[in-house]
Amino acid sequence: MNEYFEFLTTELIPGFKEGLWTSIVVIVPSALLGALIGIVAGVLRVYGPRPVQRITEAYVSLFRGTPLIVQVFFWYFALPYIKFGEWSLVLDPIEAAVLSFSLCSGAYQSEYIRSGLGSIKRGQIRAALALGMTLSQAVRNIVLPQAFRRALPGCGNEIIYLIKYSSLASIITVNELTGMANTIAKNSWRNIEVFCTLGMYYLALVTIATWMLRLLEDALAVPGFERHKS
Amino acid sequence: MSAIDIEKNGDVPMLEAVNLVKTLGGNRVLDGVSLALPKGCVKVLIGPSGAGKSTLLQCLNFLLPPDAGHISLEGRRVNGGSKRELCAFRQKVGMIFQDFNLFDHLSALENVRVALIKVKGMSKLEATERALAELARVGLKDKATLYPANLSGGQKQRVAIARALAMDPKVMLLDEPTSALDPELIGEVLAVIRDLAQLGMTMIMATHQISFSASLADEFLFMDKGRIVEQGSPAELLGRGSQSRTQSFCAKISELTGVAGEACELGDIKA
Repeated sequence: MNEYFEFLTTELIPGFKEGLWTSIVVIVPSALLGALIGIVAGVLRVYGPRPVQRITEAYVSLFRGTPLIVQVFFWYFALPYIKFGEWSLVLDPIEAAVLSFSLCSGAYQSEYIRSGLGSIKRGQIRAALALGMTLSQAVRNIVLPQAFRRALPGCGNEIIYLIKYSSLASIITVNELTGMANTIAKNSWRNIEVFCTLGMYYLALVTIATWMLRLLEDALAVPGFERHKS
Repeated sequence: MSAIDIEKNGDVPMLEAVNLVKTLGGNRVLDGVSLALPKGCVKVLIGPSGAGKSTLLQCLNFLLPPDAGHISLEGRRVNGGSKRELCAFRQKVGMIFQDFNLFDHLSALENVRVALIKVKGMSKLEATERALAELARVGLKDKATLYPANLSGGQKQRVAIARALAMDPKVMLLDEPTSALDPELIGEVLAVIRDLAQLGMTMIMATHQISFSASLADEFLFMDKGRIVEQGSPAELLGRGSQSRTQSFCAKISELTGVAGEACELGDIKA
């Protein structure tokens, strides 16, 4: 046990410190962008003009229907070979990871937003229109705030998934938590300690995220929209 | 000048609909309905369910755009194709729904205030003052901070009325305002509607509250199969000896509910 604590304090914690920071640099923008994409795509899928609905539905099927690792590989390894006239777009590993995770997360988030929007009674929009609001004012001020509250537990779940699938970034050489753990494991051969500790780091991240989502749900709580306490 | 005005005459009707036609799912729900609401006048729509009362009211403010026919407010024809004109028109036409349609995520105060801020562009302070005044008018100032989930049905409908009145409407459309209420809560909503009528608000109301509306209405419009088949003062249609369909319809309702009986017996009927 003492050996483990020495290994933990001299190797793992310093190594994971850097990896943790990189993980956060990947997770936070991906979660925010993913939520934004999800809200926009979800609203367009329900209220957009027909052609826009089709496009957003195609987006969701494509990104929900293909493995995330394939998407990551595409943005990192394939995109540079696509020529836009003279030039092509080369993403660094972190950019490629953030792009793939945001697009994938956005596709799932839009499903939660869409079902949240679907749960709001049609009468809410009619009442808003009858007061002289435009459809877009009605959606922004009346429907979306309610749908978002309904969708929040699902959206939070997706963010928790995101924290865990952010480990895929290690495959395209991002030195986030899992990448660092791999390196330390290769050098030290102490696989059990390294990967069990790694698991604890993710568990801690997920726990913190869960707690923050609770705070957000509580802050937005309104009678009739309470969080279902389990 | 306030939207609510005692004056009842004037040459141009406040709201006029000409030959409205609406087909929904292959059914001709409105089959050429025309009506005029003079300023300060209260008209009551009655008729069997499926007659098109609710569709008519929703066509009157273009929530359901009519397939044919046109609508004028104070003699000016409304262009239902123009979004801007439609929003301006709807501000002047308040609507009350059977199931209240309060915004569930907003408190009573915010429900009344939100359109003042977002549509009329009032400051938050100004809008709050106005909203509190409207809530006070329907007797709910002390419930301003409560959310719809914590209000009774009658209170919800009164908030909905305050919300509509805050926009200074020139006409109110009421779509069975008490049909979703428990019997003991109907009175408080009817009292508010009666106050409005006494202040001279121009109104058209679909309802099954025959005795109440008989005491309030200038005219009954009896609808069946998408048409107005009879119209006249409550006394003409419901009075003793009347052979009108309105009379037999009301008698039928009163048999079922026992509510409309005295109205059909020409008790407190507005002549």
